[in-house]
Amino acid sequence: MVNSYRIIPVYTGDVSGAASALYELGGLTVIHDPSGCNSTYNTHDETRWYDEDSLIYISGLSELDAILGNDEKLIRDIVYAAEAMHPQFIALASSPIPFLNGTDFQGIAKVVEHRTGLPTFFVPTNGTHDYTIGAGEAFLALAKHLFSGKTKKAPTSVEGRKKINILGLTPLDFDAPGILGSLGAKLSDYEIVSQWACGSSLEELKKADEADLNLVVSVTGLKTAQWMQEHLGMPYVLGCPVGAYADVLMHPERPAPETEEGDIVIVGEPVMAVSLKEHLKMRYGLKACVIDPLETTCPGVFAQTRGEEDLEALLQDAAWVIADPLYQPLLPQGAGFIPFSHEAFSGRCFRGQRVNVLDDQVLEEWLKPLTERETVQ
Amino acid sequence: MNSQNKGVTGDEVLIRDASFPKPFSNGLEFNPPVHGTWNIVHIGLQMPEAVQIYVCAKNCMRGVVLTAAEMNASDRFSFVILKEEDMVRGGLDDVTIAGVIDVIQKRIRAGQKPKAVQLFPVCVHHFLGTDYKRMYRILEETFPDIDFYQAYMDPIMQKKGFTPDQKLRRAMFEHFRKEEPERKTAAILGCDFRIEDSSEIVQLLQANGWRVRQIQDCHTYEEFLELGKAELFISVYPPGLLGTQAAAKRLGRKFLYLPSTFDQEEVGAQLDQLAETCGYDARFSTQEQELEEALEHLHQKIGETPIQIDGTAHPRPLGLARLLSAHGMRVEKVYLDAISPEEEKAFLWLKENCPELVLSAIMHVRKRTYVSGQAERQKTIAIGQKAAYFADTPHFVNIVQGFGLHGLDGAIRMCRLIEEAFEEEKDTRDIVPRKGLGCESCLW
Repeated sequence: MVNSYRIIPVYTGDVSGAASALYELGGLTVIHDPSGCNSTYNTHDETRWYDEDSLIYISGLSELDAILGNDEKLIRDIVYAAEAMHPQFIALASSPIPFLNGTDFQGIAKVVEHRTGLPTFFVPTNGTHDYTIGAGEAFLALAKHLFSGKTKKAPTSVEGRKKINILGLTPLDFDAPGILGSLGAKLSDYEIVSQWACGSSLEELKKADEADLNLVVSVTGLKTAQWMQEHLGMPYVLGCPVGAYADVLMHPERPAPETEEGDIVIVGEPVMAVSLKEHLKMRYGLKACVIDPLETTCPGVFAQTRGEEDLEALLQDAAWVIADPLYQPLLPQGAGFIPFSHEAFSGRCFRGQRVNVLDDQVLEEWLKPLTERETVQ
Repeated sequence: MNSQNKGVTGDEVLIRDASFPKPFSNGLEFNPPVHGTWNIVHIGLQMPEAVQIYVCAKNCMRGVVLTAAEMNASDRFSFVILKEEDMVRGGLDDVTIAGVIDVIQKRIRAGQKPKAVQLFPVCVHHFLGTDYKRMYRILEETFPDIDFYQAYMDPIMQKKGFTPDQKLRRAMFEHFRKEEPERKTAAILGCDFRIEDSSEIVQLLQANGWRVRQIQDCHTYEEFLELGKAELFISVYPPGLLGTQAAAKRLGRKFLYLPSTFDQEEVGAQLDQLAETCGYDARFSTQEQELEEALEHLHQKIGETPIQIDGTAHPRPLGLARLLSAHGMRVEKVYLDAISPEEEKAFLWLKENCPELVLSAIMHVRKRTYVSGQAERQKTIAIGQKAAYFADTPHFVNIVQGFGLHGLDGAIRMCRLIEEAFEEEKDTRDIVPRKGLGCESCLW
């Protein structure tokens, strides 16, 4: 059965993804959930919780309130919190029980907005999806809230530098030490208007419609990029400036990465994995096969898996695997392994071993066990 | 909203103005980055050689599966993911049963056949009316040589009923066998930390030729089951009461509830009760004088240093506040969201004698930004990780859930721990986010 797991964990869920996406923007995020979502999120999915305040709470939904449909308690509690903590906006997220009983979050958002005078929106989560869905929906909900009905502003580039937004940036995918600095350095030819949503304020995000181009660095930013292309006419490119791939990445007209097969397998967030695959090809002439274990995908992925069983079968003939260390029990005997720990998979288990793949020197060193053996052969 | 019944809407209240047992009203809940307390993974995996299987949605699964991973116990943890369609199309029971059977078969194929499975259905199973009897019957028929334990991860039920923690502790004794009890053997059950041999109850039992068994001494599943042979079941930790009492009733064992307390009279009464149950006339001499000396010594050492206590350090935070206050020490704040009925006496004493003591909520929305701006505060001793976090102090007693402290011996040990905390600094930022204090962890 595809939904039974013997040994590997699951990726961060959609609710945590939504919370992570909105973390730095000064909003109040309310997860309508009995217990557990907040603790899970701040323990395993959020690197900022101890050192950086963010107004993320659960509702503490009880059996009686769920059965009797006591939405008024939720609304009252949100209004109290908004008055006490003065957020800039309010986001609502759902979990399995409110999903099951058909809680009207759009209606609740309207009532809350009316009572608090604060922009309020629902991020459609229900606890059954992975973080790419939750963070993706949160970014999209925010973009719609900020830019619905607007047209793109005329570019105001100075000294010929293109203006860009970086979409899909959360610590779930980008928490290696120095990685945000390396990303900025790689994009030094561009003026960065906003980063969705690490290192930018809500005010900066509100200026995103001034940009010429969106750079989508993880699949969590893809839906928003597509929406902005459709509604603001803003083009996007998909990829991370990993090693040699950085040289071609920023051209919207370049062909999408091709799907490749081979016995070097990369398992992980697809935008990063495909970018790494492209680097291996361009820098070393190595072909790698990308497996996407998540619910959102992108061009260049060989296969999307639906669980542990699927993945185990796909890894059967792998000679080398680049993946989070918690995938190791599924590796075939004798396969080489390059550990690529990922917050959204193993949480804080290997936080000390994160690799900043956007630093070319670190990248080269990290890939050496693979590149030295494979390029010699 | 400020009525006596519902508690105050703010996050702090002076004890003289506080209502019992609920000093604060419910609202949105904050979860501080402090995780030393145990969850159902830590508790259940105390059972040697048992495997846990959870059946739930991804977001709910994440916390427990990574708890196991951090404990280096991924090999004792499997699960079945419920998808959106499993919940809305019907057939949840069948998906659950088929998934559990499948994952056990996978384990068997991998040479990891479990002796015992703790199975955790979740909130949605209750809401969709899962037929648990049928579910367990099918599983037991399919795997007759595996013991299935009926646990739950259903926090939606906990505000009006038992918590998943209590239900797990009850489930853990389900397979104790109904057999002739082992004479002069006592089992201390439902407590996460081993009760020290120096405690009065263990001393009393051992001095009279009794054997004392505890789960922390069990290394195999069979040894765990042998706990059920004891003639006397003792519960010392409130969340373990439900299960220990139920098991004693089912098996016809003698039962005593001797909760860890800082009340000297209560300790004396507990020892009398134990002596009577075990058939001894004389009460075991307690360490009253030694405790008085320890408290006096502690007071001399720490002087007027403020003390803050949290309810996750020990089930009796108000009792501890009372003991320290009564001996001249300056307890300024106790963090809790509700007051245990067992603490009513201490609550009333503090209300009368320490009316300025602050009760401070843990989950209140305002607590999110609570730590900010406290850099200038004076040296404070915290008892418990949450108190350490909120007080922003490196001087803290790093314990959770009572830490196995029991009786006057426990109170004396607490005095030593407070003195240590006063003298030494700990790295609060590094320590308190780690899960399951005392359990194996890949983070250490």
